[in-house]
Amino acid sequence: MTAISDNAAPTDTGIDNPSSHRDGPFSHIAYVLRENPVTLLAFLLFLFIVGCALFGPYLVPYDPLKTSAAHALQPPSADHWFGTDSVGRDVFSRVVVATRLDLSISIAAVGLSFVIGSILGGIAGYWGGWIDSVLNRLLDTIMAFPLFVLAMGIVAAMGNTIENIIYATAIINIPFYARLVRAEVNIRRDAGFVRAAKLAGNTDLRVLIMHIFPNTLPPMMVQISLNMGWAILNAAGLSFIGLGVRPPTPEWGIMVAEGANFIVSGEWWLAVFPGLWLMIAVFTFNLLGDGLRDIFDPRKRT
Amino acid sequence: MKKTTTPNRVRAVTGRIAQTIPVLFGVVVISFLLTRALPGDPAAYFAGAAASEESIQQIRVALGLDKSLPQQFLIYLQDLFQGDLGQSISTGQPVATDLANRLPASLELTLSALLISCGIAIPLGVLAATRPGSAVDHICRVLVTAGVSLPTFFTGILLIYIFYYLLGVAPSPLGRLDFIYIEPDHVTGFYLVDAAIAGDWETWVAALKQLVLPSITLALFTLAPIARMTRAAMLSALSSDYIRTARASGLSDKKILYTHAFRNALLPIVTTLGMVFSFTLGANVLVEKVFAWPGIGSYAVEALVVSDYAAVQGFVLAMAVLFVILNLVIDLMYTAIDPRIGFDSQ
Repeated sequence: MTAISDNAAPTDTGIDNPSSHRDGPFSHIAYVLRENPVTLLAFLLFLFIVGCALFGPYLVPYDPLKTSAAHALQPPSADHWFGTDSVGRDVFSRVVVATRLDLSISIAAVGLSFVIGSILGGIAGYWGGWIDSVLNRLLDTIMAFPLFVLAMGIVAAMGNTIENIIYATAIINIPFYARLVRAEVNIRRDAGFVRAAKLAGNTDLRVLIMHIFPNTLPPMMVQISLNMGWAILNAAGLSFIGLGVRPPTPEWGIMVAEGANFIVSGEWWLAVFPGLWLMIAVFTFNLLGDGLRDIFDPRKRT
Repeated sequence: MKKTTTPNRVRAVTGRIAQTIPVLFGVVVISFLLTRALPGDPAAYFAGAAASEESIQQIRVALGLDKSLPQQFLIYLQDLFQGDLGQSISTGQPVATDLANRLPASLELTLSALLISCGIAIPLGVLAATRPGSAVDHICRVLVTAGVSLPTFFTGILLIYIFYYLLGVAPSPLGRLDFIYIEPDHVTGFYLVDAAIAGDWETWVAALKQLVLPSITLALFTLAPIARMTRAAMLSALSSDYIRTARASGLSDKKILYTHAFRNALLPIVTTLGMVFSFTLGANVLVEKVFAWPGIGSYAVEALVVSDYAAVQGFVLAMAVLFVILNLVIDLMYTAIDPRIGFDSQ
């Protein structure tokens, strides 16, 4: 979550067009990818994960829910790449199929917090005044909770469903977006192009949405990517402690939780493969966030 | 930066303490709303499945649920001031008592994890910053990105598999002390401290063995942000003008590094520690579940499983209050680290 502090600084100049000199933005992206093969790897992994989410359920060799007592607890083999679990389900199929659910939860949550955070932050940053103070107090209060713990509390209070996991994850992420948008909007509210737009007869709302808000998108992209990884971890963590997704639905957190019971007797594949897959997914989004930062904001490269 | 005199400092500190009051109030409001947002009718829930309509009504009156929301909030506040967080259904004890009993276990775990991760991350970050591009720097970067991607519950399970099942060096991951040992007399609630006070070194070693894996799991998770921030803060401190001046004045590298650069880099590091603590309190829940650690995190998980809402909400509130207080302490520590800081200037 170090992105919070990294993104706080105003980034006003070359952000709209990092390398517009004569070769267009794509050559800059190509340059960054060439210079940093790790970012390229992150893009490839990202495509792979999205592919799993889209096509995984049609490609996996076994039905992720089909039990088979004869094949229970088999170690990884040519037939079952990731082995089988205690009731004979194929771990590989379950892990791949789970990608869609885990990804949907985090995309929905991050999307919600992006939209709500943008609206709140935009209003507070543009008009300021008491709205700004109230919003800041509210965000401070949310941030005063350890966020995972707050998510637990919200799910416990609203009911143990997947939708509530999404809402809880969205709520705990809103402060990051709202603060970022607020800061980005606030530094531009008196910028030259904003005054020009107003003089040209645009309403405040139109200036805010059409002229100022697009400028916040590059740093927001970085935030979204880093946040996606965190949202996946969060959702998997909640289902690991038994919230949200119910067994036998394949989901990484639950699979690790179920596998944990067998780890002390040596059946490692039950927990290790879903855990590794989860880790790779989170790792991808974190790398991607760093890569996007290089593309959109070359000055903050570390 | 204005010159700070002592009465100014006192005013700044009291001002900062006063600032926590609205935040604490907000926290209490949110946790009140969470307790009142229980699915269904709380009275029917507390009365149990076999309750008649009258007994539900009785409980509704007893809980104050027949009153208006603001009135309920006042009652809630009153109870809070008396330290009453409600009754846990699963243990039959007041939630506050349960939490107080289990808090030392969580704190012992969290603090030892933070000690380990600071002990590794800060030197690593300093080394990486002083030798950019070196092997240490690369190790630091890989660790930082990998570290934030690690699901704590997964690392914990992996460590159990390696050190308990494969190597057999770790004790079974079940709680704070193997059952063949007797708990040390309760003084602080920290087994390591209590056993040392009692002079029972056998128990001390046993407690330490149980503590090692869970605290390493938590430490791995907190390592990344601390190392990242240390590296960044040291880099910016080392490239500043006062370091150039110090170099030009012929001070030794060591003196420049520790008394000039590191002291200035400490501020952002301490800020990060506050953030990290928040994550740690959340991750605690997961780690405690993996290692069957009898802290407040696993208490909350057990309560969640049996829908013991009073216990869960009490836990959430306790964690938030703990975190607010911690942030206060961190901000007050700033004045010790950096005498220039006055809170009103922020």
